[in-house]
Amino acid sequence: MEKRKLRDLIGTKLMLVITIFIAFLFFLILFTLLTGSFFIIEDQSITELLFSSNWRPRSGEFGLLGVIIGTIIVTSIAMIIAVPISLLTSVYIVEYAPKKVRQVIRPFIDVLAGVPSVVYGLCAFIVFVPLIRDFVAPFFGEFNSSGFSLFTASLILSIMVFPIIISLCIESFNAIPIELKEASLSVGATKWETVKKVIFRASGPGVLSAILLGFGRAFGETIAVSMVIGNQEKIPSSLFNQGQTLASIIAQNYVDVMSLPRLQSALIFVALILFIVVLIFNMLGFLILRKARARWNY
Amino acid sequence: MELLNRRLLEEKIFAILMICSILIVVGSLILIFTVIVFNGASSISLEMLTQTSSPRFYLGKGGGGILNAIIGSLLLALPATAVAFLIGISIALFLQRDFTHPTISNFIRLCLDILWGVPSIVYGIFCMTIMIGIGMSTSLLFGIIALTLLEIPIITRSIDESIKMTPLGLKESAYSLGSTKFETAIKVVRRQALPGIVAGVLLGLGRGIGDAASILLTVGDSNFIPDSLYDSTAALPTMILNLLSMPDPNVQSKAYAVAFILLIIVLIISIASRSLIKKSTKYVIK
Repeated sequence: MEKRKLRDLIGTKLMLVITIFIAFLFFLILFTLLTGSFFIIEDQSITELLFSSNWRPRSGEFGLLGVIIGTIIVTSIAMIIAVPISLLTSVYIVEYAPKKVRQVIRPFIDVLAGVPSVVYGLCAFIVFVPLIRDFVAPFFGEFNSSGFSLFTASLILSIMVFPIIISLCIESFNAIPIELKEASLSVGATKWETVKKVIFRASGPGVLSAILLGFGRAFGETIAVSMVIGNQEKIPSSLFNQGQTLASIIAQNYVDVMSLPRLQSALIFVALILFIVVLIFNMLGFLILRKARARWNY
Repeated sequence: MELLNRRLLEEKIFAILMICSILIVVGSLILIFTVIVFNGASSISLEMLTQTSSPRFYLGKGGGGILNAIIGSLLLALPATAVAFLIGISIALFLQRDFTHPTISNFIRLCLDILWGVPSIVYGIFCMTIMIGIGMSTSLLFGIIALTLLEIPIITRSIDESIKMTPLGLKESAYSLGSTKFETAIKVVRRQALPGIVAGVLLGLGRGIGDAASILLTVGDSNFIPDSLYDSTAALPTMILNLLSMPDPNVQSKAYAVAFILLIIVLIISIASRSLIKKSTKYVIK
């Protein structure tokens, strides 16, 4: 009897400690990144880091403006491509597709979600880079594009966020009570009108949080982007120019990071920006999703 | 009549748009697979799978292989998954109402959800900062730590979701027989959560084996199979990056072969998880 009670006590306390560790991991990461980037913030002011576009690690200049603009452009274009396509796909899967198609497509999307990002990057390297260089960029009047460009990175990012947005959207579409749809259909609305006016409205928070989570993924994606974006820290002048994003600049400098303490601190600062931005967007996403879940009970 | 036609036209246009978008999604998956399989299968050889790499391998002068990267990847992902599983199942069991107040457990779930969304490069930088802070160099150990942190939220949330499905009556009957909270959690609830455990562990393993960003800064590179936890090691995803950065196109094509192997591993994990989840669901009491 004593032995069982002791085991209960030890087991429970152990679980408690591990759980506290995870709750604190979050603050530990924040704290570590803050202390790590302290060196560079002290060395150059935050405004200089954020609003100067001179990135010259060897002469000690770490202006991130070009990189930040590159990140915003790449992420927003990726989302502009990905959101309508994934929304329409999930509507099709939930409302239109015959049962057989549905059963085939779901595993497809799961597999798409599990493909490592380096494989996506390699694919973009093999297919998209020549495609952009030889066809797309000349079509838009850019004849000097090397194919490594902001647009290439956006394309592969949009493919990478498809599965996230689609699976979350499907989940929230499925949670809508069937009576809502029936009511709309019975007063003579077409299927699409039902989708537009009932389903999108009822699952609005779910869809919004799916988009926010997809955004977080696109924003923080490192490897695939760094393989095709061309790695130039200047302010990009065109979509078909080379650029850099916050995440890919870290991957780009991974060789030098051990030997240059200032660069190291600057990259920790970049990681801090990534962490905080993703934190804000994910927090928003999850709070919205929680509200939606409470409303429709899923 | 005019109006009806317009509405039907809208219906048709959107039906076509939907078909287009689903073709884009499925097409992109097929594109990725065909590109990697065609390019990879043509440059793969048995020699590559059975030898470790060497400087000559990176220069394209024949010889050498990727055995050290395959083993390195397994040595990184398997221990990381094991540790993440142990941590994950403890947290998931502890989040039950029996142990924790729902307000607190919801806060911890929020933390886990946010950690899930943190980009893996941030985990990489975090581990690198700690590694440099305590004066160590790139090693297998810190790669494992980075991957563990990456996998914990994935595994925990998956187990947590399936624990939530446990019928209350089942726990109550265990309690009424006099078992302690810990015994109920370990012997009854864990069994109920088996499908979630399988799904979470395999999802985490797949994510861990394919993730490059978190290990890029922490494991370094080496041409040998690591002897101890403190050795640097090669891994499949980082090897793809290294091979791709070489100027010789023949060497670059070896990256396709490595990606092919990585894709096969991930696919095997994904298929295994489907069938294992199905099998383990049989033993769940509803």
